[in-house]
Amino acid sequence: MANPNGIGASVRRVEDNRFITGRGTYTDDINRPGQTYGWFVRSPHAAAKIKSINAKKALAMPGVIAVLTGADMAADNIGGLPCGWLVKSKDGSPMKEPGHPPLANDRVRHVGDQVAFVIAATREGARDAADAVEVSYEPLKAAVDAAAALKPGAPLVHDDVPGNLCYDWEWGDKAKTDEAFKNAAHVTKLKVINNRLVPNAIEPRAAIGEYDRASDRYTLYTTTQNPHVIRLLMGAFVLHVPESKLRVVAPDVGGGFGSKIFHYAEEAVVTWAAKKTGQTIKWTCDRSESFVTDAHGRDHTTEAELAMDKNGKFLGLRVHTIASMGAYLSTFASSVPTYLYATLLAGQYSTPAIYANVKAVFTNTVPVDAYRGAGRPEACYILERIVENAAREMKLDKTEIRRRNLVPAAAMPYMTPVALQYDSGNFAHNLDVGLKAADYAGFAKRKEASAKQGKLRGIGLSTYIEACGIAPSAVAGALGARAGLYEAAEVRFHPTGTVTVFTGSHSHGQGHETTFAQVVATKLGVPFENIEIVHGDTDRIPFGMGTYGSRSIAVGGVAIVEACEKIITKSKKIAAHVLQTTADKIDFEDGVFKDKASNKTMTIAEVAFTAYVPHNFPHDTLEPGLDEQAFYDPKNFTYPNGCYVCEVEIAQDTGEVSIASFYAVDDFGKVINPMIVEGQVHGGLGQGIGQALLEHCVYDHQSGQLISGSYMDYAMPRADNLPSFNVSTTEVPCTHNVLGVKGCGEAGAIGAPAAVMNAVVDALSNLGINHIEMPATSQNVWQAMQGATKKAAD
Amino acid sequence: MSSTSVSMTVNGKSVTKEVPARTLLVSFLRDHLGLTGTHVGCDTSQCGACNVHIDGKCVKSCTVLAAQADGASVTTIEGLAKGDQLHPMQAAFKEHHALQCGFCTPGMIMTGVALANEKSNPSETEIREYLEGNFCRCTGYHNIVKAIETGAKAMRR
Repeated sequence: MANPNGIGASVRRVEDNRFITGRGTYTDDINRPGQTYGWFVRSPHAAAKIKSINAKKALAMPGVIAVLTGADMAADNIGGLPCGWLVKSKDGSPMKEPGHPPLANDRVRHVGDQVAFVIAATREGARDAADAVEVSYEPLKAAVDAAAALKPGAPLVHDDVPGNLCYDWEWGDKAKTDEAFKNAAHVTKLKVINNRLVPNAIEPRAAIGEYDRASDRYTLYTTTQNPHVIRLLMGAFVLHVPESKLRVVAPDVGGGFGSKIFHYAEEAVVTWAAKKTGQTIKWTCDRSESFVTDAHGRDHTTEAELAMDKNGKFLGLRVHTIASMGAYLSTFASSVPTYLYATLLAGQYSTPAIYANVKAVFTNTVPVDAYRGAGRPEACYILERIVENAAREMKLDKTEIRRRNLVPAAAMPYMTPVALQYDSGNFAHNLDVGLKAADYAGFAKRKEASAKQGKLRGIGLSTYIEACGIAPSAVAGALGARAGLYEAAEVRFHPTGTVTVFTGSHSHGQGHETTFAQVVATKLGVPFENIEIVHGDTDRIPFGMGTYGSRSIAVGGVAIVEACEKIITKSKKIAAHVLQTTADKIDFEDGVFKDKASNKTMTIAEVAFTAYVPHNFPHDTLEPGLDEQAFYDPKNFTYPNGCYVCEVEIAQDTGEVSIASFYAVDDFGKVINPMIVEGQVHGGLGQGIGQALLEHCVYDHQSGQLISGSYMDYAMPRADNLPSFNVSTTEVPCTHNVLGVKGCGEAGAIGAPAAVMNAVVDALSNLGINHIEMPATSQNVWQAMQGATKKAAD
Repeated sequence: MSSTSVSMTVNGKSVTKEVPARTLLVSFLRDHLGLTGTHVGCDTSQCGACNVHIDGKCVKSCTVLAAQADGASVTTIEGLAKGDQLHPMQAAFKEHHALQCGFCTPGMIMTGVALANEKSNPSETEIREYLEGNFCRCTGYHNIVKAIETGAKAMRR
């Protein structure tokens, strides 16, 4: 009998009960005994020398406990924040890794850089005192835009990084690609900017540092997606404290989208300061501070060329990308525009030759790192935009050019020329399903109807693929990752038959407490309500690499299944002992062990009880207890893929773009909880559409001041900016994990921007417009329309 | 720092506290009363995570001094359910998977209840427009709109 709350059921979420009643526990909700408050003094300049810091006035204010600076950290031998991925330039030299002090020493390198840390009895007192800290700066010229920062004579962000160049990296076969271009019947060229974004999880970051002198142990409560990774990086590289002396707790976390993966300076500062001052210190970011301290996303400028034969068959793809790293290398920054980007440039197509060159550049801006999709949205956007332009130039239908180039299902597993091996997928089927759902055939009629209302209507496609379930450690290691990317799990039966599952994945909205319990309910035949999922505490969970790269179910979930398999194996031995047979004679199904010969049975709850009350166990062959751990390292990436179809209407008199319809067809492999998966797609689409139509992180090119530094300046999508979505899934199981899952967290953000922008360009193509940069705000679109009209008149 | 005495009814209970005069209502609720269900997501009154009801009106508690709510009746997310019985809007949020990380959720629910009180049968467009003061970064709003539609319907019964 199938478990009603098992794999495949839209079980309502367990975690909702606390969130809908206001009883969640986010970091800022935690108050520790005797807690004090911290506030950072931050740089108002994009680039400056620090001449002096005078804290006298601040220290004299009521309730102020300490003002700490980079000099105090240096005196304590505190290290810099590390980068977790080594990328080498095409000449073999390692990337430049300039120092990243948690509190600035003599230089500040972006607006928001940490200069001093003020601790006081109250939050308001700390903030007031921070205003009273006198910092004397000598402002320097700033390098703001990445392309400009590469030019000779540009101001240097770091004196020891010539030309601001972090690395000049290449991927693919240059000679073969150049050859393909020589033989091309047509080449489509496109320059695209992937707009810089601010992730903007609604919960601002926060951290509480605590130190217990009796046990010489630190505790850090922090808003992170991967507490064990923070413990490892902060302990080993920054504070030089053994991991056994560090506890990192990530309680309820209010959204991450990548921005809460990284080890941030504030985490190290509150933890270090807790011991130094003997205080428990809480720091909570405010939103203005988030804008200038949370790692940003995207910010690529790319020139792409697609070579085709006369039938529109792709022969080669060549891209040159400039990627901003911001002022320092954030934890995974270097991997985003390289191994998470160029490896995806084949997309769903059988392009035989691909070459990518990426220059990563330091600028006097907030560090740039992974944001939902991380590299893969940038790859998808280039590819899907250039393919639609190619179709237009080749006078082929946008579906036809894709059909001529899609990797056929029969070719799986398919080795791309950019190092990935797709294990599964039926791309043409997704396209068929998407076109049918969106009534592609009926578009002309709808366009006509829109025209009657003074609106231009366009339709755009995006056939995306991503590499998720990050990552096989051997592959990641060969590519420069300084960590393994497995996941850990522990499944602990209690004597009375309930189960606690400890997972190294972290939920900050994904609903693991529900999805993972469904997996365990199915695998072990235990009632769903008897299973509790625990995450987010390094003292309770064996280990973990955390949640990002759509890896929770594909790596963390599979680790749980592997631990369940060990539970079953041991349980069979126990059942065999009780039923007086051998383990190989025991079957297991739906929570019941059965002796094939005698048909005698034992439930898994009975086995668990016996395991903990082993009155007659043969102790030389059977160990008491029922508690198993597993570490799962995936064999390959997983490859979620799909087809998105977007229609937009553009008001001719204002240039305002509205989404008329959005259809998403995704192959996530096996789906555990369809309701949660749909929700993940909705959220990804919201962010992808936000990037396409609204969001843009803008710096003043000269001063390096962040212009879009609040919710009044940075256009977050609101409910009336977004449509209702039509989402569905096609399930082609992943071939290399036992659950057949691929992951679903990033798909929407990866596939949506291209679909939206292709629709926008389609609507405007009659005017001779073949590209428009994101975000397609009414101003941008109106200006493009005016420019095109003027051009036609000239 | 001058302090002031503030009295109000919060979730049906009378409270009186001596607080610094500049204390915002949201800090009064979170820091002085321990009602941490009301969240702070921004500093410009844009995100709506801090929405509460003051005398039945939906208000951003980050934009009101506690002293301004003196004598008022305040309802927060903690005050909606009756014991274990969820408010219909809370139940609708769970049923429709209208939350992921849960951080914006209290504000969304308080806004949804306020809309339903104003308009018993709001259309999708009306709901989307009414949410102009609330950000959600997780859900794309799709399921929040459905939940408010259902919650409003359930409140009519």
